[in-house]
Amino acid sequence: MNSVSVRALLVRGMLAGLATGVLALITAYLLGEPHVDSAIAFEEANSHDHGHDDGVELVSRTMQATGGLATGVLVYGVALGGIAALAFCVALGRIGRFGPRATAALVALGAFVAVFLVPFLKYPANPPAVGDPDTLNQRTALFFLMIALSVLLAIAAVILGRRLAPRLGNWNATVAACAALVVALGLAFAFLPSGDNVPEHFPASLLWEFRMSSLAIELVLWTGFGLIFGELAERLIVPKAAERDERQPETAAVS
Amino acid sequence: MAQSAAPVSSRPALPEIAPISFKEIAPWLAFGGILMLVLLYFVGAEQGATSLIAGKDVHEWVHDGRHLLGFPCH
Repeated sequence: MNSVSVRALLVRGMLAGLATGVLALITAYLLGEPHVDSAIAFEEANSHDHGHDDGVELVSRTMQATGGLATGVLVYGVALGGIAALAFCVALGRIGRFGPRATAALVALGAFVAVFLVPFLKYPANPPAVGDPDTLNQRTALFFLMIALSVLLAIAAVILGRRLAPRLGNWNATVAACAALVVALGLAFAFLPSGDNVPEHFPASLLWEFRMSSLAIELVLWTGFGLIFGELAERLIVPKAAERDERQPETAAVS
Repeated sequence: MAQSAAPVSSRPALPEIAPISFKEIAPWLAFGGILMLVLLYFVGAEQGATSLIAGKDVHEWVHDGRHLLGFPCH
Protein backbone atom coordinates (compact mmCIF):
# COMPACT_ATOMS: atom_id res chain seq x y z
CA MET A 1 0.00 0.00 0.00
CA ASN A 2 1.07 3.53 -0.73
CA SER A 3 2.33 5.62 2.15
CA VAL A 4 1.67 8.99 0.51
CA SER A 5 -0.34 11.04 2.98
CA VAL A 6 -3.95 11.79 2.13
CA ARG A 7 -3.57 15.07 4.03
CA ALA A 8 -0.82 16.26 1.66
CA LEU A 9 -2.95 15.40 -1.39
CA LEU A 10 -6.07 17.05 0.08
CA VAL A 11 -4.13 20.26 0.77
CA ARG A 12 -2.72 20.24 -2.77
CA GLY A 13 -6.19 19.62 -4.20
CA MET A 14 -7.59 22.62 -2.35
CA LEU A 15 -4.66 24.80 -3.47
CA ALA A 16 -5.03 23.63 -7.08
CA GLY A 17 -8.76 24.36 -6.78
CA LEU A 18 -7.99 27.88 -5.55
CA ALA A 19 -5.49 28.50 -8.37
CA THR A 20 -7.79 27.20 -11.08
CA GLY A 21 -10.65 29.09 -9.40
CA VAL A 22 -8.76 32.30 -10.20
CA LEU A 23 -8.63 31.28 -13.89
CA ALA A 24 -12.35 30.42 -13.81
CA LEU A 25 -13.06 33.75 -12.11
CA ILE A 26 -11.32 35.66 -14.90
CA THR A 27 -13.35 33.67 -17.46
CA ALA A 28 -16.56 34.32 -15.53
CA TYR A 29 -15.86 38.05 -15.26
CA LEU A 30 -14.94 38.48 -18.93
CA LEU A 31 -17.36 36.03 -20.61
CA GLY A 32 -20.21 35.60 -18.14
CA GLU A 33 -20.86 38.98 -16.54
CA PRO A 34 -21.95 40.82 -19.74
CA HIS A 35 -24.72 38.24 -20.19
CA VAL A 36 -25.80 38.50 -16.54
CA ASP A 37 -26.09 42.26 -17.02
CA SER A 38 -28.10 41.85 -20.24
CA ALA A 39 -30.45 39.40 -18.53
CA ILE A 40 -30.97 41.76 -15.57
CA ALA A 41 -31.71 44.58 -18.04
CA PHE A 42 -34.36 42.34 -19.64
CA GLU A 43 -35.73 41.44 -16.22
CA GLU A 44 -36.07 45.10 -15.23
CA ALA A 45 -37.74 46.00 -18.53
CA ASN A 46 -40.32 43.24 -17.88
CA SER A 47 -40.47 43.60 -14.11
CA HIS A 48 -44.27 43.62 -13.82
CA ASP A 49 -44.37 39.82 -13.69
CA HIS A 50 -40.82 38.99 -12.56
CA GLY A 51 -40.14 41.37 -9.73
CA HIS A 52 -37.56 39.85 -7.41
CA ASP A 53 -35.22 42.21 -5.56
CA ASP A 54 -37.68 45.05 -5.69
CA GLY A 55 -37.09 47.71 -3.09
CA VAL A 56 -33.72 48.08 -1.39
CA GLU A 57 -30.64 46.66 -3.07
CA LEU A 58 -28.74 44.68 -0.42
CA VAL A 59 -25.58 44.24 -2.49
CA SER A 60 -24.76 46.56 -5.38
CA ARG A 61 -24.39 45.13 -8.89
CA THR A 62 -20.71 46.13 -8.89
CA MET A 63 -20.08 44.15 -5.71
CA GLN A 64 -22.05 41.18 -7.03
CA ALA A 65 -19.99 41.14 -10.22
CA THR A 66 -16.60 41.42 -8.44
CA GLY A 67 -16.31 40.49 -4.76
CA GLY A 68 -19.46 38.38 -4.76
CA LEU A 69 -18.55 36.52 -7.93
CA ALA A 70 -15.00 35.98 -6.62
CA THR A 71 -16.30 34.52 -3.33
CA GLY A 72 -18.65 32.18 -5.14
CA VAL A 73 -16.21 30.92 -7.77
CA LEU A 74 -13.18 30.60 -5.44
CA VAL A 75 -15.06 28.76 -2.68
CA TYR A 76 -16.57 26.50 -5.37
CA GLY A 77 -13.06 25.85 -6.73
CA VAL A 78 -11.54 25.06 -3.30
CA ALA A 79 -14.43 22.80 -2.29
CA LEU A 80 -14.52 20.82 -5.53
CA GLY A 81 -10.71 20.74 -5.61
CA GLY A 82 -10.75 19.11 -2.17
CA ILE A 83 -13.39 16.58 -3.18
CA ALA A 84 -11.58 15.79 -6.43
CA ALA A 85 -8.32 15.28 -4.49
CA LEU A 86 -10.08 12.74 -2.27
CA ALA A 87 -11.47 11.04 -5.39
CA PHE A 88 -7.90 11.00 -6.72
CA CYS A 89 -6.70 9.26 -3.53
CA VAL A 90 -9.23 6.50 -4.17
CA ALA A 91 -8.57 6.30 -7.94
CA LEU A 92 -4.76 6.25 -7.72
CA GLY A 93 -3.51 2.77 -8.62
CA ARG A 94 -7.05 1.40 -8.88
CA ILE A 95 -8.20 2.45 -12.36
CA GLY A 96 -5.33 0.97 -14.37
CA ARG A 97 -1.63 1.60 -14.84
CA PHE A 98 -1.77 5.37 -14.83
CA GLY A 99 0.78 7.63 -13.15
CA PRO A 100 -0.32 10.44 -10.81
CA ARG A 101 -0.49 13.04 -13.59
CA ALA A 102 -2.64 10.88 -15.88
CA THR A 103 -4.84 9.80 -12.94
CA ALA A 104 -5.38 13.47 -12.02
CA ALA A 105 -6.34 14.29 -15.63
CA LEU A 106 -8.82 11.39 -15.71
CA VAL A 107 -10.32 12.35 -12.33
CA ALA A 108 -10.70 15.96 -13.51
CA LEU A 109 -12.34 14.81 -16.75
CA GLY A 110 -14.66 12.49 -14.84
CA ALA A 111 -15.56 15.20 -12.34
CA PHE A 112 -16.25 17.74 -15.11
CA VAL A 113 -18.58 15.29 -16.85
CA ALA A 114 -20.28 13.84 -13.76
CA VAL A 115 -20.53 16.94 -11.55
CA PHE A 116 -21.19 19.56 -14.20
CA LEU A 117 -21.77 18.45 -17.79
CA VAL A 118 -24.38 15.72 -17.27
CA PRO A 119 -26.55 17.74 -14.84
CA PHE A 120 -26.08 20.77 -17.15
CA LEU A 121 -27.51 18.83 -20.12
CA LYS A 122 -30.71 18.13 -18.16
CA TYR A 123 -30.95 21.27 -16.01
CA PRO A 124 -28.78 23.93 -17.72
CA ALA A 125 -27.61 27.13 -16.04
CA ASN A 126 -30.14 29.94 -16.24
CA PRO A 127 -29.52 33.70 -16.30
CA PRO A 128 -31.54 36.08 -14.09
CA ALA A 129 -35.14 36.45 -15.34
CA VAL A 130 -35.30 32.80 -16.46
CA GLY A 131 -37.00 30.40 -14.07
CA ASP A 132 -40.21 30.83 -12.11
CA PRO A 133 -39.49 31.75 -8.45
CA ASP A 134 -42.49 29.62 -7.41
CA THR A 135 -40.79 26.46 -8.69
CA LEU A 136 -37.40 27.23 -7.06
CA ASN A 137 -37.73 24.52 -4.40
CA GLN A 138 -38.52 21.85 -6.96
CA ARG A 139 -35.79 23.01 -9.38
CA THR A 140 -33.18 23.08 -6.61
CA ALA A 141 -34.13 19.59 -5.42
CA LEU A 142 -34.05 18.20 -8.97
CA PHE A 143 -30.71 19.88 -9.70
CA PHE A 144 -28.97 18.39 -6.65
CA LEU A 145 -30.70 15.03 -7.24
CA MET A 146 -29.35 15.03 -10.80
CA ILE A 147 -25.79 15.74 -9.56
CA ALA A 148 -26.02 12.97 -6.95
CA LEU A 149 -27.43 10.51 -9.50
CA SER A 150 -24.83 11.43 -12.10
CA VAL A 151 -21.93 11.03 -9.64
CA LEU A 152 -23.25 7.72 -8.26
CA LEU A 153 -23.81 6.31 -11.76
CA ALA A 154 -20.30 7.43 -12.81
CA ILE A 155 -18.79 5.66 -9.78
CA ALA A 156 -20.88 2.57 -10.58
CA ALA A 157 -19.62 2.66 -14.18
CA VAL A 158 -15.97 2.77 -12.99
CA ILE A 159 -16.57 -0.21 -10.68
CA LEU A 160 -18.34 -2.08 -13.51
CA GLY A 161 -15.45 -1.35 -15.88
CA ARG A 162 -12.95 -2.70 -13.34
CA ARG A 163 -14.99 -5.89 -12.91
CA LEU A 164 -15.29 -6.43 -16.67
CA ALA A 165 -11.63 -5.69 -17.45
CA PRO A 166 -10.22 -9.17 -16.71
CA ARG A 167 -12.81 -10.79 -19.00
CA LEU A 168 -13.16 -8.26 -21.84
CA GLY A 169 -9.79 -6.52 -21.78
CA ASN A 170 -9.29 -2.88 -20.77
CA TRP A 171 -10.57 -1.24 -23.96
CA ASN A 172 -13.76 -3.26 -24.35
CA ALA A 173 -14.50 -3.08 -20.61
CA THR A 174 -14.21 0.74 -20.74
CA VAL A 175 -16.49 0.92 -23.80
CA ALA A 176 -19.05 -1.41 -22.16
CA ALA A 177 -19.03 0.53 -18.88
CA CYS A 178 -19.44 3.86 -20.72
CA ALA A 179 -22.29 2.43 -22.79
CA ALA A 180 -24.04 1.23 -19.63
CA LEU A 181 -23.56 4.70 -18.10
CA VAL A 182 -25.05 6.41 -21.16
CA VAL A 183 -28.10 4.10 -21.12
CA ALA A 184 -28.66 4.68 -17.39
CA LEU A 185 -28.32 8.46 -17.80
CA GLY A 186 -30.64 8.39 -20.81
CA LEU A 187 -33.31 6.68 -18.71
CA ALA A 188 -32.81 9.23 -15.91
CA PHE A 189 -33.12 12.10 -18.41
CA ALA A 190 -36.30 10.57 -19.85
CA PHE A 191 -38.05 10.08 -16.50
CA LEU A 192 -37.03 13.19 -14.56
CA PRO A 193 -39.25 16.22 -15.19
CA SER A 194 -37.76 19.02 -17.27
CA GLY A 195 -37.28 22.33 -15.52
CA ASP A 196 -37.20 25.05 -18.14
CA ASN A 197 -39.39 28.09 -17.78
CA VAL A 198 -38.16 30.78 -20.17
CA PRO A 199 -40.24 33.97 -20.17
CA GLU A 200 -41.83 35.02 -23.43
CA HIS A 201 -39.62 37.24 -25.63
CA PHE A 202 -36.45 36.39 -23.67
CA PRO A 203 -33.73 36.52 -26.39
CA ALA A 204 -32.78 32.96 -27.38
CA SER A 205 -29.27 34.07 -28.35
CA LEU A 206 -28.72 35.60 -24.89
CA LEU A 207 -29.84 32.36 -23.21
CA TRP A 208 -27.49 30.34 -25.46
CA GLU A 209 -24.53 32.68 -24.89
CA PHE A 210 -25.11 32.71 -21.12
CA ARG A 211 -25.11 28.92 -21.05
CA MET A 212 -22.00 28.71 -23.25
CA SER A 213 -20.20 31.09 -20.90
CA SER A 214 -21.22 28.87 -17.98
CA LEU A 215 -19.80 25.86 -19.85
CA ALA A 216 -16.58 27.79 -20.59
CA ILE A 217 -16.13 28.64 -16.88
CA GLU A 218 -16.41 24.99 -15.85
CA LEU A 219 -14.18 23.84 -18.71
CA VAL A 220 -11.46 26.26 -17.59
CA LEU A 221 -11.95 25.25 -13.93
CA TRP A 222 -11.56 21.51 -14.54
CA THR A 223 -8.85 21.70 -17.20
CA GLY A 224 -6.81 23.92 -14.90
CA PHE A 225 -7.47 21.63 -11.94
CA GLY A 226 -6.41 18.50 -13.83
CA LEU A 227 -3.15 20.05 -14.99
CA ILE A 228 -2.19 21.91 -11.79
CA PHE A 229 -3.17 19.17 -9.35
CA GLY A 230 -1.61 16.55 -11.63
CA GLU A 231 1.72 18.37 -11.52
CA LEU A 232 1.58 18.81 -7.71
CA ALA A 233 0.59 15.16 -7.18
CA GLU A 234 3.30 13.91 -9.54
CA ARG A 235 5.96 15.87 -7.63
CA LEU A 236 4.67 14.54 -4.31
CA ILE A 237 4.36 10.89 -5.35
CA VAL A 238 7.21 10.52 -7.85
CA PRO A 239 9.84 12.83 -6.39
CA LYS A 240 12.66 11.40 -8.51
CA ALA A 241 10.95 12.21 -11.79
CA ALA A 242 10.31 15.77 -10.65
CA GLU A 243 13.96 16.21 -9.62
CA ARG A 244 15.11 15.00 -13.02
CA ASP A 245 12.77 17.45 -14.74
CA GLU A 246 14.14 20.28 -12.65
CA ARG A 247 17.76 19.36 -13.30
CA GLN A 248 17.44 19.35 -17.06
CA PRO A 249 17.22 23.10 -17.58
CA GLU A 250 20.18 23.64 -15.24
CA THR A 251 22.46 21.27 -17.14
CA ALA A 252 21.37 22.90 -20.36
CA ALA A 253 22.29 26.29 -18.95
CA VAL A 254 25.74 25.08 -17.83
CA SER A 255 26.64 23.52 -21.18
CA MET B 1 6.00 8.88 -23.82
CA ALA B 2 4.55 6.13 -26.00
CA GLN B 3 4.01 3.88 -23.01
CA SER B 4 0.92 2.15 -24.39
CA ALA B 5 2.41 1.43 -27.80
CA ALA B 6 5.79 0.14 -26.62
CA PRO B 7 6.16 -3.64 -26.54
CA VAL B 8 6.46 -4.95 -23.00
CA SER B 9 9.86 -6.52 -23.53
CA SER B 10 11.72 -3.58 -25.11
CA ARG B 11 11.11 -1.07 -22.33
CA PRO B 12 11.02 -1.39 -18.58
CA ALA B 13 7.36 -1.37 -17.56
CA LEU B 14 6.07 1.72 -15.77
CA PRO B 15 6.50 1.32 -12.05
CA GLU B 16 3.11 0.31 -10.76
CA ILE B 17 1.63 2.91 -8.40
CA ALA B 18 0.37 1.27 -5.24
CA PRO B 19 -3.12 2.34 -4.18
CA ILE B 20 -3.63 4.21 -0.90
CA SER B 21 -5.55 1.98 1.53
CA PHE B 22 -9.20 2.82 2.18
CA LYS B 23 -8.49 2.72 5.91
CA GLU B 24 -6.23 5.72 5.46
CA ILE B 25 -8.59 7.62 3.13
CA ALA B 26 -11.82 7.04 5.08
CA PRO B 27 -11.41 9.62 7.90
CA TRP B 28 -10.36 12.31 5.40
CA LEU B 29 -13.21 11.39 3.08
CA ALA B 30 -15.72 11.62 5.93
CA PHE B 31 -14.46 14.85 7.48
CA GLY B 32 -13.00 16.66 4.46
CA GLY B 33 -15.81 15.53 2.18
CA ILE B 34 -18.52 16.83 4.51
CA LEU B 35 -16.69 20.12 5.08
CA MET B 36 -16.41 20.65 1.30
CA LEU B 37 -20.12 19.87 0.83
CA VAL B 38 -21.02 22.46 3.49
CA LEU B 39 -18.97 25.04 1.56
CA LEU B 40 -20.77 24.10 -1.67
CA TYR B 41 -24.12 24.38 0.11
CA PHE B 42 -23.40 27.97 1.13
CA VAL B 43 -22.25 28.92 -2.37
CA GLY B 44 -25.02 27.06 -4.16
CA ALA B 45 -28.19 26.87 -2.13
CA GLU B 46 -28.30 28.86 1.15
CA GLN B 47 -31.08 31.47 1.23
CA GLY B 48 -32.52 30.01 -1.95
CA ALA B 49 -34.70 26.94 -1.64
CA THR B 50 -33.58 26.41 1.98
CA SER B 51 -32.37 28.92 4.51
CA LEU B 52 -30.33 28.51 7.70
CA ILE B 53 -29.51 32.19 8.14
CA ALA B 54 -32.28 34.79 8.01
CA GLY B 55 -32.26 37.44 5.29
CA LYS B 56 -31.03 37.60 1.70
CA ASP B 57 -27.42 38.76 2.21
CA VAL B 58 -25.71 35.45 1.41
CA HIS B 59 -27.96 34.96 -1.62
CA GLU B 60 -27.31 38.45 -2.95
CA TRP B 61 -23.56 38.27 -2.31
CA VAL B 62 -22.96 35.05 -4.29
CA HIS B 63 -25.82 35.81 -6.75
CA ASP B 64 -23.74 36.05 -9.96
CA GLY B 65 -21.63 33.05 -9.05
CA ARG B 66 -24.75 30.96 -8.54
CA HIS B 67 -26.16 31.86 -11.94
CA LEU B 68 -22.88 31.32 -13.80
CA LEU B 69 -21.97 28.08 -12.01
CA GLY B 70 -25.35 26.61 -12.90
CA PHE B 71 -27.17 26.56 -9.54
CA PRO B 72 -30.89 27.43 -9.57
CA CYS B 73 -30.90 30.91 -7.99
CA HIS B 74 -34.45 32.24 -7.99
